[in-house]
Amino acid sequence: MTAVLQISGLGKTYQSGHTALSHVDLTINKGEIFALLGPNGAGKTTLISIVCGIVTPTAGLVSVAGHDHAREYRAARSLIGLVPQELHTDAFETVLATVSFSRGLFGKPRDPAFIEKLLRDLSLWDKRDAKIMELSGGMKRRVMIAKALSHEPEILFLDEPTAGVDVELRRDMWQMVHGLRERGVTIILTTHYIEEAEEMADRVGVISKGELILVEEKHALIKKLGRKTLTLNLAEPLSSIPPALADWKLELAGDGHELVYEFDSQAEATGVPSLLRRMSDIGVGFKDLHTKQSSLEDIFVGLVHRDNNAAATGEAA
Amino acid sequence: MISNLRGIRAIYQFEMARFGRTFWTSLMLPVITTALYFVVFGSAIGGRMSEVGGVPYGAFIVPGLMMLTMFTESISNASFGIYMPKWTGTIYEMLSAPLSPLETVIAYVGAAATKSVIIGAIIFATAHLFVDVQVAHPLLMVGFMLLMAVTFCLFGFIIGIWAQSFEQLQVIPLLVVYPLTFLGGAFYSLDMLPATWRTVTLFNPVVYLISGFRWTFFGQGDVAIEVSMGAVALFFALCLGIIFWMFRTGYRLKS
Ligand SMILES: Nc1ncnc2c1ncn2[C@@H]1O[C@H](COP(=O)(O)OP(=O)(O)O)[C@@H](O)[C@H]1O
Ligand SMILES: [Mg+2]
Repeated sequence: MTAVLQISGLGKTYQSGHTALSHVDLTINKGEIFALLGPNGAGKTTLISIVCGIVTPTAGLVSVAGHDHAREYRAARSLIGLVPQELHTDAFETVLATVSFSRGLFGKPRDPAFIEKLLRDLSLWDKRDAKIMELSGGMKRRVMIAKALSHEPEILFLDEPTAGVDVELRRDMWQMVHGLRERGVTIILTTHYIEEAEEMADRVGVISKGELILVEEKHALIKKLGRKTLTLNLAEPLSSIPPALADWKLELAGDGHELVYEFDSQAEATGVPSLLRRMSDIGVGFKDLHTKQSSLEDIFVGLVHRDNNAAATGEAA
Repeated sequence: MISNLRGIRAIYQFEMARFGRTFWTSLMLPVITTALYFVVFGSAIGGRMSEVGGVPYGAFIVPGLMMLTMFTESISNASFGIYMPKWTGTIYEMLSAPLSPLETVIAYVGAAATKSVIIGAIIFATAHLFVDVQVAHPLLMVGFMLLMAVTFCLFGFIIGIWAQSFEQLQVIPLLVVYPLTFLGGAFYSLDMLPATWRTVTLFNPVVYLISGFRWTFFGQGDVAIEVSMGAVALFFALCLGIIFWMFRTGYRLKS
């Protein structure tokens, strides 16, 4: 695995005095899909904007395929395509003109065939002569994607690509992302929709309050931090949890028909066999049982929550 | 410093296409204003004041008129050109492109200056319908016109980066440039003013620009041509310096 993007000690304090990023270290591998997860205001856009040259960092280094992004900005930026979070488009230009413009801006020679293919892939070809202001929001986002891909970047940033986007575009977008990955394009996307990261990404980074609190291969993350829940469908409903089962943190659900046990699947002793044994000892029978792996969302909420709590106690101290 | 020629061309063409969309208005406006100026100044005043330093009044006002229009047009076109992407947010693309500050300036200022020169030429041509204007130093006149167009556009570019609202975008041209140009001897010679006013007027930088331009037409101006050239060079260097400072610090372009 070769690194295509290396970020070290990156920090940003805006003029307002607000610190949006502090000491971020991150390495992105060539060809991977990386999802940057975090609540609103966590610093995701700031991080992307710094790498793309739109925001000036107050500390740290960024290197794109070995090129320092400040000193060798031409080499670095040529490799990057950006679809920003907001819909920033011209009004009077046509779709074809604005996409061709982007290609030129990045110093690439004209290639009408490539642009045509790009517009077709994004279902924009029929609209190529339409003025951008005549397009719907979803279409405008497609235009922004086309602009970002017009110069055939090796790294694509998608800043909240599916926020407020219709189902169809969302599906097209994922198809496109997969297609790009097959061609070896590295994709870094931000989102606060966990399903998206879970579905798409190879690795996930969680950012909260300007700090990258975790970077992990997705499956490993789910496995490592994943908690499982065991749900037992009881033969007879219970009105309360029997004292004999007090050693397990159990909850009653479904009007007493279900017993729910949450456990750490990675722990030495999960407590499941002993629980089942004890239940049969005291004569609590069950008809059925199932376990569920917690999703990234559960993990994420847990992480950010923990981070907030830590911050709160830190401030109090 | 310059290697992304395609990038320069992309912005240049984008800007020229923007002007192209308002082609007829842009073309008719200077023609009509010039005609109006000639009717008012040339005929009404000129009838009473037939010559300035041996030059017929109608011809005398041509350089000033060209300068006045080119100045205001340059500022409004160049400032608008860079202000709009800031305002709509599309500037993200330019900032993320492999484009040096110099390339960016060349593209935007080049396009705006092209338009200014075209407008200047239209005024010059229109003036010929009303008066007979002889140009004593045609090469210098063209050179002066180009340099002025570029300098004024650099100035406009600065205003466009500085402005944070449409109001600010308008205020400098209206409150500063127009009066300074008007009072800078666009339509009269400084000799016509009382001595004290003449001294005050010499603090107006635009005087030197208009005087120099007029010199290329008639071989005479309010101040020596060398002084005018020095003033233009100074103005040019000042604008360029400010722009490079702006890009280096990211002033009002990057946070
Ligand atoms: N230009 C700016 N000036 C001052 N503060 C800013 C600026 N841009 C963003 N911020 C602040 O920085 C923090 C991170 O913002 P952002 O990077 O946009 O977060 P995210 O994309 O994760 O929602 C937020 O608190 C935001 O208010
Ligand atoms: Mg954001």
